Amino acid sequence: MLVHLAGQWSPLLGRLSLSEIPYTSPIVLGAFGFACACGAILLATVTYYGKWGYLIREWITSLDHKKIGVMYIILGLVMMFRGFIDALMIRTQQVMAYGPHTPGHLEALHGYLPPFHFDQIYSSHGVIMILLAVTPLLAGLMNLIVPLQIGARDMAFPYLNAVSLWLAAAAASLVMISLFVGDFTHDGWIGLIPLTELPYSRDVGVDYWMWALQISGAGTTLTSLNIIATIVYRRAPGMTWFRLPIFTWTALSTSIIGLTAFPVLTVALGLLGADRYLGTHIFTAGLGGNLMLYTNLFWLWGHPEVYFVVLPAFGIVSEIIPTFAEKPLFGYITMVGATFAIAGISWLVWLHHFFTMGAAPNVNLLFGVATMLIGIPTGVKVFNWTLTLYRGRLRFDPPMLWAIGAVFLLLAGGLSGMMLAIPPINYTVHNSVFVIAHFHMMMLLIAYSIFGAITYWFPKVFGFTLDPVTGRRAFIFFSAGTILVFGAMFGLGFMGMTRRLDFPDNPSWFPLLTVEEIGIFCYCVATYYLFRMLWIGLRDHAQHRVGADAWETGRTLEWLTPSPVPFYNWAVTPQVHALDELTWRRARGLHRQEPRQYEDIHLPKNSLLPALIGALAFAFGFALVWRIWWLTGVTLIGMIVVVILRGFARDTEYVLPAAKVAEMEGRLESPGIVEDHISPEIAELEVLS
Amino acid sequence: MSGSNPTLWVNLDESEAHDSIGVTTFGLWLFALSDAILFGALFAAYAVLDHPYNAAGGPTASQIVHPLSAFWDTVIIFSAVAAYGFATVAMKTRNRVWCLAWMLLAAALGALFLSRASTSFAAMVSAGNSPERSGYLSIYFILVAVHAIHVLVGLLWMAVMMIQVALMEWSEKLVTRMLLLRLYWTLQASVWVCIFAFVVLRGAA
Repeated sequence: MLVHLAGQWSPLLGRLSLSEIPYTSPIVLGAFGFACACGAILLATVTYYGKWGYLIREWITSLDHKKIGVMYIILGLVMMFRGFIDALMIRTQQVMAYGPHTPGHLEALHGYLPPFHFDQIYSSHGVIMILLAVTPLLAGLMNLIVPLQIGARDMAFPYLNAVSLWLAAAAASLVMISLFVGDFTHDGWIGLIPLTELPYSRDVGVDYWMWALQISGAGTTLTSLNIIATIVYRRAPGMTWFRLPIFTWTALSTSIIGLTAFPVLTVALGLLGADRYLGTHIFTAGLGGNLMLYTNLFWLWGHPEVYFVVLPAFGIVSEIIPTFAEKPLFGYITMVGATFAIAGISWLVWLHHFFTMGAAPNVNLLFGVATMLIGIPTGVKVFNWTLTLYRGRLRFDPPMLWAIGAVFLLLAGGLSGMMLAIPPINYTVHNSVFVIAHFHMMMLLIAYSIFGAITYWFPKVFGFTLDPVTGRRAFIFFSAGTILVFGAMFGLGFMGMTRRLDFPDNPSWFPLLTVEEIGIFCYCVATYYLFRMLWIGLRDHAQHRVGADAWETGRTLEWLTPSPVPFYNWAVTPQVHALDELTWRRARGLHRQEPRQYEDIHLPKNSLLPALIGALAFAFGFALVWRIWWLTGVTLIGMIVVVILRGFARDTEYVLPAAKVAEMEGRLESPGIVEDHISPEIAELEVLS
Repeated sequence: MSGSNPTLWVNLDESEAHDSIGVTTFGLWLFALSDAILFGALFAAYAVLDHPYNAAGGPTASQIVHPLSAFWDTVIIFSAVAAYGFATVAMKTRNRVWCLAWMLLAAALGALFLSRASTSFAAMVSAGNSPERSGYLSIYFILVAVHAIHVLVGLLWMAVMMIQVALMEWSEKLVTRMLLLRLYWTLQASVWVCIFAFVVLRGAA
């Protein structure tokens, strides 16, 4: 059954050997040194301050949706930084290797990256940015905000939630370790078939990509399931469907997409895995395989995935704009309808990613028209935001700047998308960097929303605002970068530059490539200011304390509970009366009214098992990549045993007595999520002792 | 809107706040939806590769399916579903012995189904019709095997539940898990119906 691979294999280490570690490449060595230094500094800091116990007790074993959300966001930001470094390397290579007379450095004929290395970099840039940066960031934000917005104490399945987080972390770790052990895929983030098949990619790169995606996909499916169940079952009394805040609506629609689309990715990659491991012929070029089946299956997931990441971004913009325009969101019902229209149509457009497949004209026509249809609900959204801004009392705090930037990017990305939806135009610019510029507009819209969301909800979670001055500077430099890099890239697309070029051989592209390089340096400056914003915020946090309603014009339920949010979210569950509950209470002078009597609160105990599942999943993926069969078996059985063990756990909940809640609510400052000794003992350790 | 003193905070009744059976069952229904899409994608791939070109000179559907044998498979798998159903009926009256007996029967029938599936796989491979033979055979094996893995997971789960029913007190959690397994067990049987209809019957026609 198993494919016999030529080359070295040992029962103990599989395909792994010392020669697989690329210590000869100075770039990889540099990256390795940098990652090791960061890791060493982190470990040393934690040890120096004696925070290991705190870290394990309060974070790693936590089932609290807010802590899980924060950890998701940290994971996403770290991976986004890695993806940004990849982008910087791509841009620099292209500007250094713009024509036949450019010199080569470090084994490269032109520029400084040999083709194989360059191919790995653009592949990892795509995989990381979409699946391991933006997806965890949005999953984290949904985790943080959705239960607060619907008046819930936690997610429907807190344990499952932690499992999802650690699966995402396992996938990210697999991608990171591929930098130093073996190599990563050179076949693009989409897995260009049949390049990903064994005869053309015999190394472990494709396997790393495949198993990382499988593991993160399993995590995302579980998160989606959890968020749907939470929204359906955990709404506070009075929170009827049409009082749901718009971000919660988008979280619901996006989770429905996540739940129904990710299994298709599982199938596409699973079948590819069967080809690579079991020698089947599903997607092979011969013996009855079908190449386009892979491409269809991949994009059948891939396009809904695009909306999976863009819909929460729309939700974020819809939350930020009313707060800083001091007006209710214009056209709430149409916004909900538009969200679900986009989610629905997202299933009917996958073929526009490969119009050039050679399908019949009527097929291309159908998918072209379906794609253009998306412009209608999206247009509704843009008009709604614009009309919310119209005659509002606008304040340009950093979250508002990011939100408005996102609207502009949606226009640029959406209109270029409409051009691409027309099959004849698509044939002309297919595989050119015009396409890249288009979808980066959309991805940056998401990034803008995420930065907006982080600055917007940061005070809710931690109780203080981030520095607005550096925040604005970050926005300005980031936007300058966006305009320079992708404005120039649209132009290069029209000049015929194709994507994924390690050697753009046409010297006439050089001026615009230089503009792009200047743009990427603007992004570097923006990154510096983002770090600085965080640093100043942490340093001066005492001066920037905020109350429950951090921006003073918040409208939705999450601004009713104290900032930072206590670990039980709500001392007493709120009764909801209106769409914008906080606005409703403020108008009646009721927004500071505290509950009169407290109740016992049931909360889940912490658990070590989710992190253990994550660690086992990482080892499982690593074992499969290197074909270490004994380790594959051990880790698989280990995961099954852990799942079964949890089924035998008796006391997974604890009660926070009403008196304790009253005492904590009476304190001047609410017990925030960074405080120590608020979580109960870890369930498994209790059993042991 | 409400009067001068609207209710702002509510002390939720415990049962209302922790409808654990309701929300967990809903969670499994969502999983069922997700799993149905997984099989949907596999069936789509099967439909694409069920073409003489993809048989690559190897056997096509009509040469490998056995409708009568698959009919008995169907009878076995649905008897297993019925047996598990009777186990949950016994659970209603808190009858531990009958509950275990019916579960044992359900598990035995599931195991019989799996042994028949592996026998047929072994026979096909020994006849030279292994998954490596052609694109069509690849997807045939994978589709049937993914369903068989679902049955296997169900059997493992049932073994765990038998231990829990034998050793643990009846509790809301235990009943929830029993109901979840019932849903899962029915789900895998419904998938088998699709395989019976689209792979076996359609292939034989």
